[in-house]
Amino acid sequence: MSSDVRFTDFKSDAQPTWCPGCGDFGTMNGMMKALAETGNSPDETFIVAGIGCSGKIGTYMRSYALHGVHGRALPVGAGVKLANPDIEVMVAGGDGDGYSIGAGHFVHAVRRNIDMTYVVMDNRIYGLTKGQASPTSREDFETSTTPEGPQQPPVNPLALAFAASGTFIAQSFSTDAQRHAEIVKEAVEHDGFGFVNVFSPCVTFNDVDTYDYFRDHIVDLAEVDHDPTDYEDARSRILDPGSEYQGVLYRDEDSVPYEKKHGVDANMSEIPDGAPDDAMDLVREFY
Amino acid sequence: MPADFNWAIGGEAGDGIDSTGKIFAQALSRAGRHVFTSKDFASRIRGGYTAYKVRTSVEQVQSVVDRLDVLIALTQRTIDENLDELHEGSVIIYDGERTTMQDVEIPDEMVGLDVPLKSLAEDAGGAIMRNVVALGAACAVSDFPIENLNSALEKRFGDKGSAIVENNMTAARKGRDYVHEHYDQEFGYDLECTDENYVLLNGDEAIGMGAIAGGCRFYAGYPITPATNVMEYLTGRIERYGGHVVQAEDELSAINMALGAARAGARSMTATSGPGIDLMAETFGLVATSETPLVICNVMRSGPSTGMPTKQEQGDLNAMLYGGHGEVPRFVLAPTTIAECFHKTVEAFNLAEKYQLPVYLTADLSLAVTEQTYPPEEFDMDAVEIERGNVVDEETVGEWQDDQGRFKPHAITEDGISPRAFPGTEGGVHMSTGLEHDELGRRTEDTGMRVQQVDKRSRKVETAKAREPFEAREFGDPDSETLVISWGSNEGAMREAMVFLEEDGIDVRFLSVPYVFPRPDLTDDVEAADEVILVECNATGQFADLIEHDTLTRVKRLNKYDGVRFKADELAERIAAMLAGDGEEEEATA
Repeated sequence: MSSDVRFTDFKSDAQPTWCPGCGDFGTMNGMMKALAETGNSPDETFIVAGIGCSGKIGTYMRSYALHGVHGRALPVGAGVKLANPDIEVMVAGGDGDGYSIGAGHFVHAVRRNIDMTYVVMDNRIYGLTKGQASPTSREDFETSTTPEGPQQPPVNPLALAFAASGTFIAQSFSTDAQRHAEIVKEAVEHDGFGFVNVFSPCVTFNDVDTYDYFRDHIVDLAEVDHDPTDYEDARSRILDPGSEYQGVLYRDEDSVPYEKKHGVDANMSEIPDGAPDDAMDLVREFY
Repeated sequence: MPADFNWAIGGEAGDGIDSTGKIFAQALSRAGRHVFTSKDFASRIRGGYTAYKVRTSVEQVQSVVDRLDVLIALTQRTIDENLDELHEGSVIIYDGERTTMQDVEIPDEMVGLDVPLKSLAEDAGGAIMRNVVALGAACAVSDFPIENLNSALEKRFGDKGSAIVENNMTAARKGRDYVHEHYDQEFGYDLECTDENYVLLNGDEAIGMGAIAGGCRFYAGYPITPATNVMEYLTGRIERYGGHVVQAEDELSAINMALGAARAGARSMTATSGPGIDLMAETFGLVATSETPLVICNVMRSGPSTGMPTKQEQGDLNAMLYGGHGEVPRFVLAPTTIAECFHKTVEAFNLAEKYQLPVYLTADLSLAVTEQTYPPEEFDMDAVEIERGNVVDEETVGEWQDDQGRFKPHAITEDGISPRAFPGTEGGVHMSTGLEHDELGRRTEDTGMRVQQVDKRSRKVETAKAREPFEAREFGDPDSETLVISWGSNEGAMREAMVFLEEDGIDVRFLSVPYVFPRPDLTDDVEAADEVILVECNATGQFADLIEHDTLTRVKRLNKYDGVRFKADELAERIAAMLAGDGEEEEATA
């Protein structure tokens, strides 16, 4: 790891095709800052993303990266991290990616608690397919595919993570650059699965959950009496349906990441030119 | 045909059939005899008919036949299910005291040995050992020295302490002695022992062993019959070499984890069976397009849908060749014997990395769950070579950068093979994607680049065909006018069928093909033969279709899709019938 890495080192020369004003710009900048400030270099970082607007992030950032299939970035990140625990792994996704098609992977990634960071750009709508309801859309949110609203309550991603024994659960607002970067940085530094749900407004298709809405409604946990290491405190806020929090809602300070529990510490890219020296022992087991 | 002895134990699932059968197979193997086992089991944990069959000879055995010499029957159904295989003089060992066996019917001409298995086991220390009593009785019938059984009992129960081992040995002795004391007839069997040391393993185990030997360090999978044994084998062993096994939440996750590990530079694998292959199809395309080396093991079972999960079939060939949307190159390797499961697994990893594409490694249920003896040298670890293909490091990465110092993971090359840089390599930073991309890995819709990338990926296949010996395994009379072709586990049955055919004066040439794609060009072989018969365990003849496609010649199809593997004598009969001209029925199944 080099100490002289700047966050712009994580920026590629590709021009983003996100809409002007898209929340994803801020989300990405915060991710780059967090990585640089925690001393990672692009050579030792792996970004994984799925499909959708969020999925483009691997193109706009500069590091080793994989742009995968819809909803399945988390298992890819897990594979990278377990195969080489020296690599810093950051997974990015959207609300459809993470809480709909990838909901199964999300819950299991949380409980697996591999030491990586998961940033979800939550705009409460499907943007790239031009404006359909997402799992976090409001019950009465009218879209082309839900003319009367989804008529189903939105998923509470924080509660999903909490129920799955998450060890780091946070939420941020992409345009609050300073706080957002701080929170992602904390997630990176967490020993275990660092999950950050980011309000990352869609300026084109979502006229309800807008920048103005979040500015008016966000409660920053740094400004209220909240102890993220207090399980009960975390639970009451996470299950509070009426509030939009920014900050770390829950942090388990005793978190032991999967790799440590399972003794996974080798860089698996290094293998011998032939079978291991004692490989005939494997054959002799069958005597 | 060497003098062989066929033995089975059958009862209900939960009766300990599997472990009892395995103990007897190991005892024979440890006595320097060759063994071939087969299992008949239902998809349930308790209840339902299940059997473990052992065929043994001093010479190599590689198939099952339609004959049973000694049967340990724990239920009446065991006798009923095996009536076809029992013959005059077959010995049936049963416990007449068992409530369900009091009215047992021993068919005429067969020998029923009523041995109080449970009572004798209780005398030895516990009713649980009644199957071991039966094994002792089987030793008496087959004139097999009980010391070899003791050695297998030691191996099986050694971990549980010497008292348990002793009790089991006593139980076995009681079974043997009971037969000697109560039945004075000669059974006419002589299970000669030799000084050879054999190992006894199944195809799933051979695949797992090949994976470790071949440098696989990461495995992610989801339990599914009959592929789970691969994961069970690797668990607890791969860690010794710095590797890890993850039981994923589903097959979609499993293949994505394996993909991630492969991108990080690990030799990586997942194993599944038919339904799992379907679930993996989406990511399969990404693996291929991102040119990630990955071994996907498909242990085929009977389909479609959930089909018959514990039964034999070779029905997924088309799914592996053509599965997934769009067009991407992949290799399909199909080991033909249990030993080949080991060798082809090692080869699969080399091919995956050298050509940077997904490799399907497919075994069928018969290969996967049945066991066979081999001399240990068959698995020569010194001969294992690991070839990682075009991997760059800090020194060489510069050769593959553009003028702005950007790494080109999808460089257009003459042989279609691009460089690989593992994360952590300075100067090798790049993104991979399932989108069509340029040499840098960036999304493109440029028509010229699209064509160049598609062609580049396809060229890898031509390169591989030129560089690799994708050959068939050849047996029999090279000048015979009859050519039999098969793939997968049929090789063993076919090789023994050839012995039966020879006895009837029929010589055949036999090609067993372990490479489905790329595969050897058999045009000359097919054209040189008068009769070409394609043997495979499916209804439509998927491999026959390929041969007809390659050679532009119609072939005869010999299919079996009842869920049971080919037996050597059955196969010989059907081939003889086809050659005699009454093969219309066979062709009608195609």
